[in-house]
Amino acid sequence: MVESALVNWSRLQFAMTAGYHWLFVPLTLGLAVIMAIMETIYVATGDEFWKKTSKFWMKIFGINFAVGIATGIILEFEFGTNFSNYSWFVGDIFGAPLAIEGILAFFMEATFFAVMFFGWEKVSKRTHLVATWMTGIGAAISAIWILVANSWMQHPVGMEFNPDTVRHEMVDFWALVLNPVAISKFFHSVFSGWMTGAIFAIGVSCWYLLKKREERFALASIRVSAIVGIVGTFAVMFSGDSSAVHVAEYQPMKLAAAEGLENGGERAPFSIVPGVEVPGVLSVLATHDINGYVPGINNLLDGYTTPSGEVMPSAEEKIERGKRAIEAFGEYRALSDSDPAAAAEARAVLDDNIDYFGYGYIDSREELVPPVGLVYWAFRVMVGLGGALLLLMGVMLWVSYKKHLASMTWLQWAALLSIPLVYIAGQAGWIVAEVGRQPWVIEGLLPVKAAVSSVSVAAVQTTFFIFVAIFTLFLAIELRILMKAIKKGPEIDNN
Amino acid sequence: MIDYIFLQQYWWLLIALLGGLLVFLLFVQGGNALIFFAGKDEAERELIINSTGRKWELTFTTLVTFGGAFFASFPLFYSTSFGGAYWVWILILITFVFQAVSYEFQGKAGNLLGKNAFRTFLTLNGCLAPLLIGTAVGTFFTGSQFMVNKSAVGNIAAPTISSWANNWHGLEAVAEPFNVGFGLMVLCLAISLGALYMINNINNDKLATQLRRSLLISFVCFVLLLVFILVKLLTMDGFAVDAEGVVFMEKYKYLHNFLQMPAVLAMFLVGAVLLVAGVVLTLVKQSFKRGIWLAAPGTVLAVMALFMVAGYNNTAYYPSTYDLQASLTLTNSCSSEFTLRTMAVVSLIIPFVVAYIAYFWHKMDKKSLTTEELNNSEKY
Repeated sequence: MVESALVNWSRLQFAMTAGYHWLFVPLTLGLAVIMAIMETIYVATGDEFWKKTSKFWMKIFGINFAVGIATGIILEFEFGTNFSNYSWFVGDIFGAPLAIEGILAFFMEATFFAVMFFGWEKVSKRTHLVATWMTGIGAAISAIWILVANSWMQHPVGMEFNPDTVRHEMVDFWALVLNPVAISKFFHSVFSGWMTGAIFAIGVSCWYLLKKREERFALASIRVSAIVGIVGTFAVMFSGDSSAVHVAEYQPMKLAAAEGLENGGERAPFSIVPGVEVPGVLSVLATHDINGYVPGINNLLDGYTTPSGEVMPSAEEKIERGKRAIEAFGEYRALSDSDPAAAAEARAVLDDNIDYFGYGYIDSREELVPPVGLVYWAFRVMVGLGGALLLLMGVMLWVSYKKHLASMTWLQWAALLSIPLVYIAGQAGWIVAEVGRQPWVIEGLLPVKAAVSSVSVAAVQTTFFIFVAIFTLFLAIELRILMKAIKKGPEIDNN
Repeated sequence: MIDYIFLQQYWWLLIALLGGLLVFLLFVQGGNALIFFAGKDEAERELIINSTGRKWELTFTTLVTFGGAFFASFPLFYSTSFGGAYWVWILILITFVFQAVSYEFQGKAGNLLGKNAFRTFLTLNGCLAPLLIGTAVGTFFTGSQFMVNKSAVGNIAAPTISSWANNWHGLEAVAEPFNVGFGLMVLCLAISLGALYMINNINNDKLATQLRRSLLISFVCFVLLLVFILVKLLTMDGFAVDAEGVVFMEKYKYLHNFLQMPAVLAMFLVGAVLLVAGVVLTLVKQSFKRGIWLAAPGTVLAVMALFMVAGYNNTAYYPSTYDLQASLTLTNSCSSEFTLRTMAVVSLIIPFVVAYIAYFWHKMDKKSLTTEELNNSEKY
């Protein structure tokens, strides 16, 4: 019997690692673009000011980059250490993007990172600029492949179940790569990194303004960052819009949970906060049609008929068909050598019910509902903060050109205090994506409880606390080093 | 003819190549093991850290890609070994996690723990990572205690297909002298490679003398351990697979593998000769600093040959001593033909990746590192 404590601790360990990882990655993605633009200006103009400016942000980038790598390696190996069943059951598909990420992206990052940091005197200006851009592009390519993998967990495509090898096998590589969920998720995640980099750089720059230091550096950084951030935010909004449509189509329970929508229907309302609803807006977001049908949690559990006449089965029916599939799988395995005809019959039953295979592990309908409160509020935090931060960056950009930003203390404080907010928005986004997918590790295919390794709860608890201690220590050290480095400043002669 | 069997063999070749490159790149760890031993003062320690520090990400990336490639091509290994030999892999990961931040943090103001703490982390990773990785690879020949039952997926209450047959979860590997000897051998090799690399990469006569001394000690230890491992390997029973996929014990299996695959034997011998030549020339000729560029291809070739002996010629590369038939072979643990074929196409970019790494490596290392350079430019 798989203990529920083992499932919960394994999940918690992965969630904690991913949460920490996403504290460092978005800043890497965003700062990479900001410093590359600054170095481009340096190469184009020859103005040493831009070299020093980009070097300062590179220093910050480097401090942050290391911890991102440290948390990232744990994530990759946790698929094996803590989710060994998952690793076999879908490794035929899931391993490919991880390997491609290593070959294509990580070597690029590793090579050009060293050139970027230590190559100022060793390679030409232009080669150095290429290295800086390639470091950022490597990070983005890395994001493509890990998000292809993650999107496959949200919307599995391009595979077939093979009962002889007992796993899902890839049959269409391009379906995996061009998974619509992957495309919107890539833009949504990478551009949210641009937002993080921008808000971070703007906040730090405003700290200099508050301290009446480095004015030229701060204003220049704010302008470049605000443009990157605004572009990023609009891209996040557009990709978020297509994400909503995909979630509605492929993960309706996640959407219902994110909206706290118990009973759906046509002209579904959007809940701003509990008790405050705007009629029809959820239908627009989910289907791009004000009259679109959006099922609620109860509809999904009870079964419903779509306006086009498609009958969606109830939770009980799915569970029942899942159990039939698993039973047929067992019969097929037992009989495939001794009684081929009976095995063929079992195979036919399995094939008929394969879409519900994962539901066979589910014990009750309640299990199929993710934690509604957490997903609901995380969604509101993400969207609300995203909107507020866009407004802030717009104001910053406008003020930096039209007004005397250096004297607007309140705005500088607002920007400085926004730094934690952009991180909270990013974490909230991943909570929506991952908690909203529960109880599945792969939507509809494999629940988390059938994916975990056969290790003791005590072992996972021990490693959980070890990793918490290590990552927290690293975070504390990184923050302290960052603050010292920022306090020291870019050391630019402002005249 | 590129059929399923060919693809399995091809992917094992790539795993062997990545394994070979990883062991070569463990010169970073080997170098770090010497921070406090060869580096007698602050200037020398700084040189060591900045020399290995410009390459550490390549080692790290190769380790990650090694894992990713195993996941993509032999997922049952990924599933069985990582989920089963839990503690070994967790320990390896922890040492690398500390290493990942230590370069960047060690010299920075406000690092909370002080410079020497992070240098100690680098040293610990330098010693433990090669030792643990080597010990884990040793089990490719001696076996581990695990079971695999794919039909378990049909058991709703307990669907986990692979499980470890003892509560040590991989730590029991240290009870087998061959595994520990293998780990120590990899450690001594890493230290030798680290010394060779830094003799070439750092321009400092005093440090070079100390590195030569470290090289001599580590290489003598390496040779003794290599002899021990080779004698054991060539005389031990091995895990053979018949045409039906049934695993059985075969006397002198690994000796047979060397003899029945002369190309692999030649690779091993050429690798060993290059490695020995690189070290001996460096030790006997004070002016000779390019030993690493003989030892590097030598290491890659020799390690590749060992992987080939472990997996080719109808051999179970990850044997189970608990249930012989649960042993992993290339055929029973690999990905589907479609995935292996797709990934084989992807693997065609590897030469381009190697080419740009080599190009920038050459550009960055044209001049050996000096204290003067460190004082006048970016450094850790």
